[in-house]
Parts: sequence; structure tokens; C-alpha cells
Amino acid sequence: MEKECATKKIIIRNGKEIFVCDETRSQLLPILQGVQAKKGYISDKDMQKIAGELGIHPVEVYSVITFYSFLTVEKKGKHMIRISNCISGEIAGSEKIVKEFEKVLKIKVGETTKDKKITLEGTSCIGMCDEAPAIMVDDRLIGKVTPKMINKIIKELKCG
Amino acid sequence: MRIERYGPVVFSEIEPYAGLKQALRLGKKGILNTVKESNLRGRGGAGFPTGLKWSFAAETDLERKYVVCNADEGEPGTFKDRVLLTEYTCLVFEGMIIGALAIGAEKGFLYLRGEYRSFLSLFEKELKRMRKDGVLGKNIMGKKGFNFDIDIKLGSGAYVCGEETALIESMEGQRGEPRNRPPFPVNTGYNGWPTIVNNVETFITVVHIIKKGADWFKKIGTKKSAGSKVLSISGDCKKPGVYEVAFGVSIKDILKIAGAANTKAVQVGGASGICVPASEFNRKLAYEDLSTGGSVIVFNEKRKMLDVAENFLKFFGEESCGQCTPCREGIPVLLEGIKLLKKGECTKNYLKDLFSLAETMQLASKCGLGQSSSKALVSIVNNFTKEYTLSKSKRKEKKFDG
Amino acid sequence: MDRKKPFAQSTSRAPISQRKQEINKAGKDALGEMVNVIVNDIEVRVPKGTTILEAAKSVNVKIPTLCQHDDLCLAGVCRVCVVEVEEELALQASCSYPISRPITVKTYSPKVRRARHNIIQLLLRNHYGECYSCARNNNCELQSLAKEYGVTSYKFGHIESPKYEKDESSYAVVRDMNKCVLCRRCVRTCIDLQEVGVLEAINRGAKTKIETYLDKPLNDVVCINCGQCINRCPTGALKAKDPAQDVWDAIDNPKKHVIIQTAPSPRAAIGEEFGLPAGTSVTKKLNTALKRVGFDKVFDTNFTADLTVMEEGTELLLRLKKALVDKDKDVKLPQFTSCSPGWVKYIEHFYPDKLDYVSTCKSPQQMFGAVVKTWYAKRNNIEPKDIVSVSLMPCSAKKFECERPEMSDSGFKDVDYALTTREVANMIKECGIDLPNLPDSSFDDPLGIGSGAALIFGTTGGVMEAAIRTAYEIVTGEEVPFKKLRIMPVRGTEGIRTAELPIRKTVKEWQFLEGVTLKVMIGHGTANAKKIMDMLCKGELSDYHFIEIMACPGGCLGGGGQPIPTSPAIREARAKAIYAEDEGLPYRKSHDNPIIKQIYKEFLTDGPCGHLSHKLLHTSYTPRGKWIGKKNK
Repeated sequence: MEKECATKKIIIRNGKEIFVCDETRSQLLPILQGVQAKKGYISDKDMQKIAGELGIHPVEVYSVITFYSFLTVEKKGKHMIRISNCISGEIAGSEKIVKEFEKVLKIKVGETTKDKKITLEGTSCIGMCDEAPAIMVDDRLIGKVTPKMINKIIKELKCG
Repeated sequence: MRIERYGPVVFSEIEPYAGLKQALRLGKKGILNTVKESNLRGRGGAGFPTGLKWSFAAETDLERKYVVCNADEGEPGTFKDRVLLTEYTCLVFEGMIIGALAIGAEKGFLYLRGEYRSFLSLFEKELKRMRKDGVLGKNIMGKKGFNFDIDIKLGSGAYVCGEETALIESMEGQRGEPRNRPPFPVNTGYNGWPTIVNNVETFITVVHIIKKGADWFKKIGTKKSAGSKVLSISGDCKKPGVYEVAFGVSIKDILKIAGAANTKAVQVGGASGICVPASEFNRKLAYEDLSTGGSVIVFNEKRKMLDVAENFLKFFGEESCGQCTPCREGIPVLLEGIKLLKKGECTKNYLKDLFSLAETMQLASKCGLGQSSSKALVSIVNNFTKEYTLSKSKRKEKKFDG
Repeated sequence: MDRKKPFAQSTSRAPISQRKQEINKAGKDALGEMVNVIVNDIEVRVPKGTTILEAAKSVNVKIPTLCQHDDLCLAGVCRVCVVEVEEELALQASCSYPISRPITVKTYSPKVRRARHNIIQLLLRNHYGECYSCARNNNCELQSLAKEYGVTSYKFGHIESPKYEKDESSYAVVRDMNKCVLCRRCVRTCIDLQEVGVLEAINRGAKTKIETYLDKPLNDVVCINCGQCINRCPTGALKAKDPAQDVWDAIDNPKKHVIIQTAPSPRAAIGEEFGLPAGTSVTKKLNTALKRVGFDKVFDTNFTADLTVMEEGTELLLRLKKALVDKDKDVKLPQFTSCSPGWVKYIEHFYPDKLDYVSTCKSPQQMFGAVVKTWYAKRNNIEPKDIVSVSLMPCSAKKFECERPEMSDSGFKDVDYALTTREVANMIKECGIDLPNLPDSSFDDPLGIGSGAALIFGTTGGVMEAAIRTAYEIVTGEEVPFKKLRIMPVRGTEGIRTAELPIRKTVKEWQFLEGVTLKVMIGHGTANAKKIMDMLCKGELSDYHFIEIMACPGGCLGGGGQPIPTSPAIREARAKAIYAEDEGLPYRKSHDNPIIKQIYKEFLTDGPCGHLSHKLLHTSYTPRGKWIGKKNK
């Protein structure tokens, strides 16, 4: 688990006002992103450990994780395929892409394959509207996706 | 080539670090005056005068200040920052350095949306190179005491974090829920320190303005909207991509440039913008007329506009932070309303109620997301009356389950 | 205008911009400067930084609010308080808009009224549950808003079936998220005000929900049962677990001898449930009411509060002796009070390795339970198994306390049911009894006499003052050197207070304390408990002797079972009533209480902290730790 805790508390004098500037909490998201990248999710044990390190409550860590789409408390598949549901994608035929993925993977959007290798999800606009329909495969942005490409994409993931 | 049309400002010629060199000559006051003179307004969509923002931050008498680049472009139909960041990385950072010089900041952040994580190594490489060149780090370009460096913070899939206070909250490790304003980030920002948050394009534009002068900038565009806008055009057009146009260009001209035909409607400003029908294609792109952060989505006559409205509202429903009542509770009501409209079961009276709700959301929501979430629906329902029929029934649909 | 700082001033979670409204630093020199504001055509001059809500209040313009609360940091999430500010495009939330320039405000312009109507309709849309079957019927802020804004139909529909299951796992707090309006008051209370951290908002958008860690039942997380969230919840989403039906069954059963002990704080507050202003003490009328309701005996918890002073005071003196005479390095000083069950559970979770510092004395409620089913039962020839021991407490944590497995030293469950002020008020109302107009009556013998020192247990600093009144006199033979026994240094409302009392001219037996300066500390609200415990961990409290901690802000009078709403002003009024009642009582010090003398003579013959006392009146604690999921009960 990557730890980048900066436990500095700085007290500043500002005229008559004194306020405490605590930067430990600012480390929370980078830590969570690190754990998510490494383990694919943030477990109960990790959440409580992180909370203890940063001096915050576990429920606050849980709250932050559930707020962001890319952080999860449940273990998902080894690979994430996210299909953009941006309107430009819909215009360009993203519905066909969704159906093809569902057919090939034999799961519905939001589910994970039985061998736990791939999770299929929808996501908001990923900034690839000029190359719609576009998807995200883990960190990669892939544009101009056609049903023919899907088999190849999945094969690469299953072997990796 | 993803950049389809090179424009007068952002894509104009400039030598590396020319802006920064000029900025060092101008000094803090000079930079602030130049940016103010240029009438530059934020290019992220909100359009707040940049010079004013930077002046507020510069005036605040606190030891620490921050410069933040908002690279959380999540507005549907916007991809210009993706292109600007990857093709003009150095210029973006240079703009941030100039901002730091202007307000007196020593630390800057690039808040990069999680979806662009694959570009992280590219940006880190660029930062390394700039540190080697002596434009980042201590005593930048030999100016003693001018220290500034940039860190990259990643987002994690939340459109609302594009709102500046939500962005700051996210950087602080909180839920990305916008804050009460006032106080504004320029007074109380990241961890309580004065912070300026600007869009990628704004920073690039600042570099050009500093090098070429406020007068040069004001000559481009209109009287009230100086300069140019980088657009990301997509949808039903032959040449989707990134275009830079001077302010004052009409929708008609934009459609021509992008190779669009049989256009029924253009969504200007993404899901939080308005839907312009064909009858208004003479309207101009400018802060005083049609304002946008860059997103232009083209719809031809095959598209059903109510489906478009539904897509936008579903997007807002997913991305709303859920803090304030009008946005969190209002969006599902509007979504239900669209479903009724599509089925032909919406009465005239209920439509009136929905419009009243839309007004409330625009006036009473806590942040820009809530305030603009109902705009698309209102403009589509108003401008495309032929695509739906109202129910003549007197009874209102009142049942709702979960 | 005196801008009182909110109680949760320096907290861990609230964004700095919302902890205290900072105005433009460029105008720092302008802080304190006045600015003209026009509210609904009424001109008023206010200091810069005042919120629109406060400015309007100062000219009697009422703006409705929902998420705003005097004890909590600003949220600005409900948007009910929006007003129209000239020159601003959007409506502004008046609770969180600090005025820094002259503005014109309209609080009920057509736009504002339309917005409020729509917002209330939106809140009602997802609010599942009927008012008539809700614990907050007639005392619900959403209900009041709906009435004020003339809601007669659901404009945007209404939820027909519940989305969530109720969480009834805890002994003290029941959560029904179907009624939640997401005002975040409970979150701010639990994380900022109390620093316990049990509730937070989960997910986002319309899926937002207030939940515990990993959605676990309340009983499985570190909830300390202080019930502060209940007091601040505007609707019936949070309420205390009500055993009234069981108590009725006992009262209706002729074979059962039902006794009730009443604590001082409910007496100073129960009048609020009957329309009396906050701070009206109704002790003697309450006795009459309870007798009419059908309780066989109405006793005074203050009796065992006096007993607590004797036991805990002796315990402290014994620890001091060990430290100063025996030079025992292992003796745990400072000694912490233990009568607040919320505080006890707090330290069990968060500082389990410091439990040895806490006094081993039970709380007055639990001492009472043990005494009733032993001494009282024997003296009056009643079978303990036929006694149903009920308490009237301002506290929700007492419900958990009486269920603790170790609280059965009498051989039976010492206290069978703990009722809150609100619940007893309901029982009284159910009988049609008009409390404010009843004749006075006294407590029943023999457990019906309590001193003024015991009475002030109900307010923060009270336990300390009571203990000092007795300990000082035992040690020096003299009364405390304060006029009318008002030990002012320990009184007040600041979160953490300290005081010093030099001990001079001791009697022979306590000579080792000659010249010692007794250093004491008082804290209320678990956020302050946290600060104090952190100081202890750093070794900064080594020269302190006695520390009183109450889990609830204000002390017991602000407990989780007290009438709703709560505010600093209400708690101040209750405190005033309690201190006033103390001065009117015949016995002002615990050791003067004749029944106390009697019980030590007849029953606890080994004296305070003796063998029998230890068996019945002292307890042990459970180190629970704050890790959720292993052994954390």
C-alpha cells in the first residue's frame, strides 16, 4: 500500500486570527487512487488503516470512495471496460457497441465476467467525442470503436 | 490531425518561454494590468474575468497561494483540453508560471481528470524537462526568490469536480461537493489559502497575451468578448475535431467549417448549455450571446430532441453531487417529466410545474451544475414543440415509487 | 451584534471556508466595520461578516431554514433559506452568505416564494412516512415548513413505499432513512461536534444516503449512543428506542412494584414538552404527575448522585494518597469521571488503553438500580424480582448502559428501563395529565432526598463542583471558600475549562495534601474529550488530579433524550434553572444528605470504596477499540 502521508500541521498567524492548516487529509485521494490501481478496490481493512494513518474516521474514507466513480469498495474484475454514454457516442452508435460487448462477454453492463477478468460499465463523457463511439479499457482511451474491434480488445485482456 | 483549424490566438505562433520572459520583464503589476486590459474571460465555461480573479488573489495578504489548472473537462462534447494538454503541454504550464508570478504563488497543481490518466507520464516528462530548463523550481529563469513548482493531482471520475470549489474540495481529500460562495477561492481556497483556478485554455491564452500584448488580443473577437475560443465540435458533422475561432463567429459559419448538413439543432455549451434551433443559427458565439466552454454538438434532422434532453438529464443525474435539494431531487423529477412527454402523457399544467421547477433549479441550486442542469430541457421543449404532444387529460400523474 | 462562535469551531472536517466565515482579507482592516443592509425595505446596520439570516433576525424578519443549526458549522445545502439579493443572478442561501458590502435583500419576492414552494415539494416527494405515526408528529421541521407554505398536495408526486429498512440494532438510536431530508445535521454533529464519526453521506446524486461505515448496523460501529444526532435531526429519521410500552405493561401489572428514579436535567427541561419556556424547573409537579401515571414510588436520582460523590471523592483521595504518600508511580492520575455512559463508551472505543484513569464508580442511575434491588428491597420487604426499576434520564446512552452485562450486581438487572424526557412526557400526556398546573408533591422515602450538589450533576462542571464541595470539606474541615458555595471557576460553557484550588489547613488525617493545589479540568462534548485525551497521551496532564467529562455539549442537560430542539440559548436556560434549584435546597453538599449517612451506617458499613461498595457501586470497563468488525461491542 503506497503511503505518502505528510503529517504536518502548520499554524499561521494572520493578524489576530490563527487558523490551523492541516494537510494530511489532502493525501487521501492519492492514497486511495494508489490502492485502487494496485489492488483493484479498497478493502475494509485498507479503509480502516488509511483512516487511522490520516487521523480521520473510517466512515469518511468510505464516504469519499463511494463519491467517486473510479474508486470502489467492492472487488471488480481485473480489467475495467467503460463505455461512454455521451450523446456524441450515441449518435455514432455506442448502443451497438454496448450490445456487442454484452454479447461477447455474456454479461450486462454493470456486471463482471465469471472468471472475474472483466467488468463492463457505462461512464459519462470521456472526452473522446471526436472519435466516438469511444471506450476506456483500464487507463487507455480507445476511439472509433467498431463491433469488429471488440473481439480483439477482449482477447488481449483475457490473455493479459 | 485532430486539430482541424488553427486559429488566431491559442494556435498562433509563439516561441518557447517567450511569454514567461516577457512576464518577468513586466513584473507582478505589469502582468495583472495586461491581463485585465485584455478583457480575457475564463475559457472553461463560467467566463469570469481572469484579470479580476488574479487581482483579488494577488491583493490577499497571506503567505501562501496556489495556482490550479482545471483540467477536469467533463462537459459532454468537450475534448479540446485533451488536445491542448497533449499538444501544448509546455504552454499550459508556462501560463501557470506566469499566474504564479502574478499572484505570488509557490505551488501549482494540475487537476487532471481520471479519464486522462494515461497522459500522466507525458505530463510528468514535460515537467521534468521544464525543471531542467530552469523554468520550474527555485529561482526561475534566474529571478531570485521566484520559486514555483507544479504537482499533478488526479480526479477519480466526477464531473462536478470541474466546478472550482468542488475541485478544491477534491484536492483536499473531501467529497467533491461545491462550497458556499462567498468566500471565493481567491480568498479562501485550497486548505484555506488564496487559490486561482483557471481552465487549460485560459492559461495558454495568457501566455500569448503577455507576449503579444493586450491590444493585439482585443483586436480579435467582439467588443464584449475579446479573443478567440477553442471549440470541440462533434456529432453529425463530417469533420469533428478541435477548432479555434474568433469570438463573433455565427453558428452557421461553424457548421460550415465542420462540414455539417441538414442540421436541426446545435447544442452550445454541452449538457449545461442551450439547444439552438435552426431558426437561430445566425446567433453568434460570444459571452454576450451564445456562451460555451467549447462544446458544440451538432444534431441532424434524424435525431429526436427529447432523447437528447433525456441523455443530458441522465448525465446530470449521475454526476450531481447530491448536496443541495433543487439539483438532487429536481433532476429525477425532470427526467420523469421527459418520459411523460415522450409518452404523450404530460399535461399542459404539469409542464408548467416542470418549468417552474426548472426555474427554481436555475436560481436556487448551490453550484453551476444544478443551475444549468435544466437549461437544456427548457430550450429543447421550447424550441422543438413539434416533437411532442401534450396530454389533454385533466388528471396529473402523481404516483411515484422509489 | 454579538456573533457567537459555533460550538464546533475548530473541527477536523468542515472546509475552512465554512468553519468561520472569513471575508475578503483585503478588507481585513474592515473587520468590525459596519455596513448598511436593506432587508425587505427595512434598513439595518450590521458588522461586516454577518450573514443575511442573522441580519434579518435582528429586524424580526424570519427566514425559514432547515439545514442551519446554531451548534453546527454552515452547510447551505437545503436551499430553503434562499433569498433574492440585488445584483446577484442566482438566489443566495441566507444562512451562509456573509455580508461584506451594502446589499438589498428580498426574503419573499415571487421568485423566492416559488423556489421555496418547489424545494419543500421536492423534500416531501422522497419523504416516506406519515406524520401521525411518527415520533416527531407536531415537532418536525419539515412538517412546520409544509404548514407554513400551505402545502395541500404533492406537486411532484410522493413516494409510496419505503426505500430503506429501519436500523433498530442499537439499544439507543433508531435510524429510519426513509424520512431523511439529507440536511447533513447528523453528519456535522457526529463528525464535527462530537468527533465520533459514525454517520456520513454515501454515494452521490439522488443515490446519496446517510450511512454508517460499510452500511453496518449502528450497533456494530463506534456509536457511543450520545443521541446528539437525534436532538438535531429536523425530522423523525433519527429517534431514540422507546420502551414505553414495556413500562406501561409493568405499571399495569399489579404484581410488579414499579419505581422510577428521576434525574435533575429532565426536571429542568420536561416543561418544554408542555409549552413552558426553557429553564422552567417543574420538579415537584413532575413527582405528582409520575405518581398519577401509576409509578409505585418516585425516587430522586440525586440520592445516588450524592452516593457517587462519596464513592468517587473517596476514590480520588485514595489515589492521591497512593501518589503522594506511598509514592506509587503506577497510580493513575488524573482521575476521570465515569457517570456519562456516552463518554465511557467513547473512551472504551478510542482510548481503551487509558481506561485505568477512569473512576470505577458506576453512574448515579446504575448505583440507584443496585441499591433499589438490594437495600431498598430488603428494608421494605419486597422481592427484588418483582421490582421494575425505571429511570427518567435526559440521556439516550443510558438505554445502552442499563443493558451492559456487568450491570447486574444486585443479582438482577439493576435498571430495567431507561426512559428519556421526551418519552416520559408522552406517557404523562397519554394520561391527560396537565403537568404545568399540577400541585406539588415530594419524592418518596427512603430514596427521595438529594443535595444541591447532586442536582448540579446535570450541568457541565456540576459533578466537579459537587465533588469539590465534599472533598474539600473532608480534607480541611471547612466549607469551600466560595460565596453561597458557588464554585465559579468550574462553571461556564467553554468546551474545556480548568481551575485550581489550593488546599490549606488540612485536618490531621489528610495532612499529606497540605499545600497541594488541586488542579481540575472540565470538558463537555466528545470533541473536547478527544482534545483532553490527546493531551493525556502526550503527557501534558500529569499535574492534573481530577477531570470531569460529559459526552454531551452542555452536560446532561443537553443530553440525547432531552426535548427537541436544542440550542446554546436553550441549554443556558436549563443550566440557570439547575443552579437556581440547587440554591433552594436544604442540603447543599452530598455528605450532609441524611440518607447518605443512613445507608453507610446501615448497609455499606465498610464505608465508601469498601468491600460492599465495590461490589454494588463500582464497575469495570470493556476495551472495545475503534477497529470496526472485530470485537467492538
